[in-house]
This record gives sequence, structure tokens and C-alpha cells, in this order.
Amino acid sequence: MRVRGINGLFWGGVLASLLFQLAPLPTVLLPFKPYWLALVLIYWMIEVPERVPLGLCFVLGLVADLLCGEMFGEQALRLCVLCFIVVRFRSRLRFFPMWQQTLAVLALLLNDRVVYLMVHAIAGDPPPERDFWYAPAVGMFAWPWLFLLLDDLRARLRSADA
Amino acid sequence: MMAISANNTTPLFGEGASSTLRLVVYLVAAIALMIADRRGGWLERLRANTGVVVEPVWRLAAVPAQWARSARIALADRHELSEQNAELSRQLLLAQTRLRRVEAVQEQNQRLQELLAVQKTLGLSVQLAKVIDIDFGPYRRQTIVLDLGSDNGVKVGQPVIDARGLVGQIAEVRPHSCTVLLISDKSHAVPVRIERTGLRTIARGTGALDTLELPNIPTSADVKPGDKLVTSGLGGRFPADFPVGVIRSVGNGASGMFASAVATPDAALDRSAEVLVLHELANPVGPPAPAEEFGPPVSLKGSDEPAPPVATAPASEPEPTPVEER
Repeated sequence: MRVRGINGLFWGGVLASLLFQLAPLPTVLLPFKPYWLALVLIYWMIEVPERVPLGLCFVLGLVADLLCGEMFGEQALRLCVLCFIVVRFRSRLRFFPMWQQTLAVLALLLNDRVVYLMVHAIAGDPPPERDFWYAPAVGMFAWPWLFLLLDDLRARLRSADA
Repeated sequence: MMAISANNTTPLFGEGASSTLRLVVYLVAAIALMIADRRGGWLERLRANTGVVVEPVWRLAAVPAQWARSARIALADRHELSEQNAELSRQLLLAQTRLRRVEAVQEQNQRLQELLAVQKTLGLSVQLAKVIDIDFGPYRRQTIVLDLGSDNGVKVGQPVIDARGLVGQIAEVRPHSCTVLLISDKSHAVPVRIERTGLRTIARGTGALDTLELPNIPTSADVKPGDKLVTSGLGGRFPADFPVGVIRSVGNGASGMFASAVATPDAALDRSAEVLVLHELANPVGPPAPAEEFGPPVSLKGSDEPAPPVATAPASEPEPTPVEER
């Protein structure tokens, strides 16, 4: 029962982040859309890393590519890189105060953008506009709220089951 | 299965070497997939096959935006509505007037074509499509999604127009929907003709919805702001003489060898909710027919003498006889 509740929270979060990713927005707001899937996965990697092994990141990346990607395998690559870095520095990230954690998330998202840029530069796509770099900042501001929300939901599930 | 104890040290952290190895394996797999996709268009095929699963997710994701839209309509100001009503009826009047004129010209065209014994008539078959999603993505790949798919007989490469001009072409087809690459996308180019002078050139997308660029115009060419661009029909993909845009400004190109011009697209790329998908003409193969060369431009002239035919292709051989009869 307990496991199912936490499982539900995990998969619900992933599904919601995919839907947020796909939701159409006015053109003005589009560059500000943060990488929701990465944020949700970062939370789970920091808190319960056994739940998000590298392989699952890869598969989720492929699913996301299928849904909204421009190139098959691109998000899989980005999420794998992200997962690897987070798990490497997990013990440190975990005990950071919130503001440091937020900055770390900004760095992770910027790194993700750089990986994205490299992939597309190699594939021969034209360079992006300047607003390409807005999304990580928005992701940074979204992080504390997402973290608190998921943490609270998880704590509730735990205490309800206990 | 999943232990939630906080003090459970992660297995990943201990064995650094094997986790790095695993990372490398996954990265290589991802890169291989990307290369395969670029080479063979895997993703499109996969998307076409998994359309049944993917499309409901898209529609689900679009639900909040639809709610927002309907809420806005429900709350729209009465004054605004009546103003819009007046504006629309004015436009309807204008459109009807234009329609009459087009009908007259079409009839005349019909007569002329029958006279000239041209086999092919200009009957274009079109299909109305609704725009169901717009996502320009971080790279600003400019595409819209229509509610027609391979089940409706839509194929890759078909031109898409709206009431005012050329919108783009179909780039990807799934069973119940398809993706249209807009003419304003950076990777898109249309062969065009300047209506006033007949100069042929190419209009490329810039990534901005309201701008097309014409990078290579000879500096000696006569191009002015306000000149109309129409498709030239070269390349065979777009039928000739559809309005594309209007020249906004003309300047010197970066190299100084050519002039370059900036044009505004005629089609309401950022507004249209409904567009028309053009079906192929009777004989899709081969170069576009030279029939357009001798008809008067659609927009003007009641009964002026048509310009003498320019003999460009063997297809125009039967023309002279009927002309002499007149």
C-alpha cells in the first residue's frame, strides 16, 4: 500500500511533467517553459536514487522524445547526463540549504542546455535565439516550489501509511 | 520493493567505475539512435506507428489551453463583440465582392481555356483542416499540427494555404493528424516571382512569423517595397501564382554582391485557426504547366486582351491555332 502510494506519486509526477512539457502556450511564453521532466527527475534522484536508475532515465527520455522531441534519442542523452551528475553529487546536493540547491539546479539545467546545443550544433541546426537561455532561470525559480510540493506530498503519503 | 529508508547508501555511489561505464553505454546508445534517426527518419516512422498512443496525450495536454480559450470567449466584452461583429460583416461584404470578381475572372478563364483547347482545367481540390496545436519549441522550429492525417488522404509535401496566402507544406503525417512546416521556418524556402516585374527568386523563412527574406536579388533588379510576391511554380511543389507576401524593405546584402529584401507573409501565420490543404493537380508529375503564362493575373482586368503566349515548353504547342481563330 505504501509502496503503491509512493509509486503513484512518482509516475503521476512524471506524467504531469510530460503533459506540462507538451501543453501549448502563447508564443510569448514559450521560451520560458522550464524543463519539467528534468526537474521532477532531479527531485527523485536526490531523494530516492534507487527509484531512478540510469536505464529508467534513458527510457523516459525516449518516451519524451517520442512525444515532443525533434530527434529520437536526444532527451534520452540529456537525461542520462543529468542523472549521472546528480547521482554523483547526490550526497552534497542533499544537504545543501535550499538556496544552494536552487543554484545547483540552475547549473544542472544550464549544463543540460549546453548538451542540447552541442547535439544540435553537430546535427547542423541553426543557432538558437537568445531566449533559448531563459528556460533554465525559470526552472531555477520553479525548483523550490516543486521541491516543497513533492516533499510535502511524499511526507503525507508516508505518515498516512505509517 | 522500494525501501524508503534515508540511511540506505546508494549502490551507485560506491562503484564509480561501473556507473561510468553504464553512462558511456547509454550515451553511445542515445547517439546511435540520434544518428539513425537523422539518417533514416526513424522518429517519424515510429511516431506514425505509435500515433494511437501519442495523439491522446497531445490532446490531453492541449485541454487547458482550450479551456482558457473558451473562458476568454465566454467572458469577452459585449462592446468588443459588437465591434468585432461590425468588422466581420464589413469584411464579409468585401470578401463577397472579391468573390464575385474572382468568379467572373474564373468564368472568363474557363472560356479562354476552352478556347485554347487546354486539356487541364484549373480545378484545385482542397480540404479544410483545423489547427489543433502550435508548438514552436525551444529551437523555434515553426510548425503547426492539423487534424487531417493519412486516413484523410494527406501526404507529405502537400502545400497548405489560408484565405490570404501560402502557409507552408506538410512535413510529417500521422494517421489522424499531420505537421505543417511554415514558410517562416528557418529551413524553409519557396520559389517566388515578383508579380510586377516577373523577377524570379527565392523567399526564405527567418524564424520570425512576420518576416521572410529574399537574400539573392541582383542589385540591378527593379524591386520596390510594396511589390507582391507570388509562387513561381518552379520546382513543382507549390502551384504557381499563389500570393506569398509583400516586400517590406529592400537593402544591400551582407556580401554587397546582391540586394536583399525583407517581405511580410500574406498568410496569417500566427492567427489562422483553419487552413486549406491543397491536393495534387490532375497530373502531379513533370514541370508545372505553362498555362498560367497567358491568363490575365487573377486580381484585375475585365476583358482586356490576354498577353501573347510565351512559347516556353512543348505543351504550349496547340495554343497558336485558337488564338488565330479569335
